[in-house]
Amino acid sequence: MAGNLVNLLADLQDKEVLELVQQRLDAGEDPLKILEDSRKGMEVVGERFAANEYFLPELVFSGDLLKQVTEIVKPHLTEAAETKRIGKVVIGTVSGDIHDIGLNIVDFMLDVNGFEVCNLGVDVPVETFVDKIKETGAPILGLSGFLTPAFEVMKETVEAVEAAGIRDKLKIMIGGGQLDDDIRKYARADAYGKNAMEAVALAKGWVGA
Amino acid sequence: MNNGKKWADLNWEEKREERFKQWLNPPVTFSSPEAEKSYRERVIRFIRAIKLEEPDRVPVMLPAGNIPAYLAGVNLKTVMYDYDELRRAWRKFLHEFDTDTFIGPGLILPGKVLEAIDFKLEKWPGHGLPDDIETYQFVETEYIKADEYDKLIKDPSDFWLRTFLPRAAGACKAFEKLPQLTAFVGIPVFYVAHFADPEIQSAFKTLMDAGNETMKWMAAVRDVGQESLEAGFPALGGGFSGAPFDMIGDMLRGTRGIMMDMFQRPDKLHEAMERLVPIALDEAVAGANNSGCPIVMMPLHKGTGGFMSNKQYETFYWPTFKKLLLGMIKEGLVPMPFAEGNYEPRLEIIRDMPRSSMIWWFEHMDMARAKKILGDNACIAGNVPVTVLCTGKPQEVKEHCRKLIEVCAPGGGYILTGSASMDRGNPDNLRAVMEAVKEYGVYKK
Repeated sequence: MAGNLVNLLADLQDKEVLELVQQRLDAGEDPLKILEDSRKGMEVVGERFAANEYFLPELVFSGDLLKQVTEIVKPHLTEAAETKRIGKVVIGTVSGDIHDIGLNIVDFMLDVNGFEVCNLGVDVPVETFVDKIKETGAPILGLSGFLTPAFEVMKETVEAVEAAGIRDKLKIMIGGGQLDDDIRKYARADAYGKNAMEAVALAKGWVGA
Repeated sequence: MNNGKKWADLNWEEKREERFKQWLNPPVTFSSPEAEKSYRERVIRFIRAIKLEEPDRVPVMLPAGNIPAYLAGVNLKTVMYDYDELRRAWRKFLHEFDTDTFIGPGLILPGKVLEAIDFKLEKWPGHGLPDDIETYQFVETEYIKADEYDKLIKDPSDFWLRTFLPRAAGACKAFEKLPQLTAFVGIPVFYVAHFADPEIQSAFKTLMDAGNETMKWMAAVRDVGQESLEAGFPALGGGFSGAPFDMIGDMLRGTRGIMMDMFQRPDKLHEAMERLVPIALDEAVAGANNSGCPIVMMPLHKGTGGFMSNKQYETFYWPTFKKLLLGMIKEGLVPMPFAEGNYEPRLEIIRDMPRSSMIWWFEHMDMARAKKILGDNACIAGNVPVTVLCTGKPQEVKEHCRKLIEVCAPGGGYILTGSASMDRGNPDNLRAVMEAVKEYGVYKK
């Protein structure tokens, strides 16, 4: 039964997933267990995405499905669901850039791989990154940017982190549309990731997971 | 025209020859006999590349985006609002840079017009973006809901006027109140009466004023265009188009919306895309007719390698896009898709087109693979990394050009350009592109 929900979610069988969740709730099962299975299902989605079996449409669809499951389960929760997290990552699209498709894929992939992700959204001012890193103590910063202006702004963002005296304990990865390793050097970031899976691999490497 | 044959009776290659002739003979007086000679040489260079023949040398599309503004000491914001400065900046660029084709400032949208109509689809410097940012940017969201496909499918014009436009431009909000204007009952008072509504009248008044303002901007764009032709630099952008999937995904439903639709209402999505094909085709033909250049630029977005699988591409993206491409080719146009992102997984799919009928411009691409798989079918263009153009040294740019020419030029069918355009940075990097092509890109007779 449990394995069933994991597989159904991973296979994006939306009707069956929602029916089974309802059945399990009706049978009085622990809602936390249902959420845990759903999380495992999403992990499989993430794995398939990494293996080029799934693409953006499947991520979008499974994300929506998970949201529906959570909404059904939520009223039955008596205690807050807490999953163990392997590390914190602050991410955002740099100032002057309003693109977030890639940013949100990275958010998704980090999340299903066990990271606590603080997604600051788009057009994030340099100071907001600095404040958030100080506030959360996150050891990893992910900067996203789609357009050429991001080259300069990434550099400025890294410099601001240096100026704030928090660069030593921080690993910075960059990614997005026009970026490459040349810009990583230019901006003095620690790594460039070509896609969301590389972001996960980098983050895992840094937290030693 | 063509031995007296009617346009409709010409095949696509004959139509294209007619359009090439027009492109070779623009209605201008060249500034000198040398300018006229250079103009023809440049156009022929492109035509031969398109036909997969070896020209005198590899043609270049200089990857210059909004950089003319910065080289003139101003920024994008200034030239979006001050048409004299727009004219001055692009003229300066025209006279200072050697190139095979000159890109006029037609995509530097007039800020006052965008403000006047309260345009929601873009943010630009000083209007949602920092003052000194060098690009304007598209605002993607679900402008139409999933259950509104039927309106688009039933009557795209009506949908555009009464559903989309009121959301895309605040000034057109009142159009929501318009009745269906296709009043086949034929009694005029029914629809004429609605034009008494003060809000509708005010919307039209705003559009009329915005139209006048647009004419001022257009005069500047036209001056620069005219001057560049006279100086011997052909235009390459004969119009704009795109893929039906992107038209719906970018502008109407957003990425999230259209990807949900692929699962939840695939039939509606297909039907809507089909509905757009003839409309987009008319638009592309009109653009090319108006400009006298048959090459139609088509920026592509959501069909890129990382976004969808080949199966999804072949199911949702390619069929209507291909239909539009074939329609354009049949009218003698040369589609030039700019494939953003990584199009490598698509090479085998997109080669299924008439030989030498189009130009594929790639962003991230192993150009050796593109040459191998697509090179005997279509002219390819690209892809000096824009990162190197913006942050590298001229020598590095030159080296990238040299390698690209080595791999892509043999046999013809190659245009040297950037992976994207440069909006800011060292102008010597642009000069390095021309230097490189003259040094390495000459075909031996």
